[in-house]
Amino acid sequence: MFEFFNRLFGAKPSSAMAKERLRLVLLSDHLSLAPDVVEALKNDLIEVISRYCEVDAANCDVTFERQDKQIAMLANIPILGMQRPKPPAPPPATPPSAPPGLPDGNAASAALATATPSAPDTAPAAKPPAKPGGANGRRRRRKQGVQGAPRPQPT
Amino acid sequence: MSARRIVFTSGKGGVGKTTTTANVGAALAKSGKRVVLVDADIGLRNLDLVLGVEKRIVFDLVEVVEGRCQLRQALIKDKRLENLSILPAAQTRDKTSISELQMAEVTAQLGEMCDYVLIDCPAGIEHGFRNAIAGASEAIVVTTPEVSAIRDADRVIGKLTERGLPLRLIVNRIRPEMVRSGDMLSVEDVTDILAAELVGIVPDDEEVIDTTNRGEPIALSPDSRLAAIYAKIARRLEGELVPFTSLTAPGLFERLFGKAG
Repeated sequence: MFEFFNRLFGAKPSSAMAKERLRLVLLSDHLSLAPDVVEALKNDLIEVISRYCEVDAANCDVTFERQDKQIAMLANIPILGMQRPKPPAPPPATPPSAPPGLPDGNAASAALATATPSAPDTAPAAKPPAKPGGANGRRRRRKQGVQGAPRPQPT
Repeated sequence: MSARRIVFTSGKGGVGKTTTTANVGAALAKSGKRVVLVDADIGLRNLDLVLGVEKRIVFDLVEVVEGRCQLRQALIKDKRLENLSILPAAQTRDKTSISELQMAEVTAQLGEMCDYVLIDCPAGIEHGFRNAIAGASEAIVVTTPEVSAIRDADRVIGKLTERGLPLRLIVNRIRPEMVRSGDMLSVEDVTDILAAELVGIVPDDEEVIDTTNRGEPIALSPDSRLAAIYAKIARRLEGELVPFTSLTAPGLFERLFGKAG
């Protein structure tokens, strides 16, 4: 019963924790990197990307996969919108005490710069699209065939 | 034609390597193949005990290597299946008393006299492991759905891949009800993490303890469900496409009436 409520309130089953911990520890085994270094790498990656677009930080996943003798990094970072959460600190725009004679066109172009490139007519503070494009640009991990085909028999 | 030489390895001890080797061997022998089991765990021999032949040992692997007896003299024939033999490890020596080259030679010689040589590898990734894989042409990695066993299996897979040995996975001691409740890693989780092909799923079964106590491989018990599972593994090794029974998704029938077999 306790378990049921635990699940109800979103507690992670221990198998999911085991999988997550194993992923991380195997990764650091393969790379000879400490687990906290890997975690820091993941956070830095997310941070860099979120400078350019709005990222679903809670659902980011960075894994490494061994492919023969190489290791590939697979970053699964759902992008909610191409709009930057905050425009990169522009050079101090027109000072508040701008001379009243400033042409109107200047203010308009500043507003345009913060708008999303895909939807130029939305206001800068517009919400991300209702349906987050979480699946966009995702690379799914290769699913291992459980029903493995028979291997050609060595002679 | 030379035999297939399969090493059973895991990295971690206690995951069921010896039991798996004995039972897969027994299942293959039951299907008519000529099988020799080699205990490569020098100093900690146990395969003889699991198969119930411990009282009949005269010579061992180290004595064969040292030329004190013929290879055939050291082989013990199983009393239940005449096409199943075992080459026991030495108990009073250590793993350095044999080299990789010597092990490879013995394995090759055994390969001339049977269809399958199954090598029971000691735990660890040191000398004993290198010896055990020296003569193998392929590997089966045995693991359980536990974090420590999986991490060690990953390490072993790395070593086997370096050697260019093809490998497949047996997930041992899975408990379907725990997988369903989210308290145990599933077979899919394990194959996903280890990125390895599966050759067998063996559920946890108390009956194994009982049959091992008697020195009878469970693969030879007529009505055991594990015997059916080991028989399937043997068929997969033979190249047959045998579907895996889903252990994690209970049917309505099973839910209503308990285990459906």
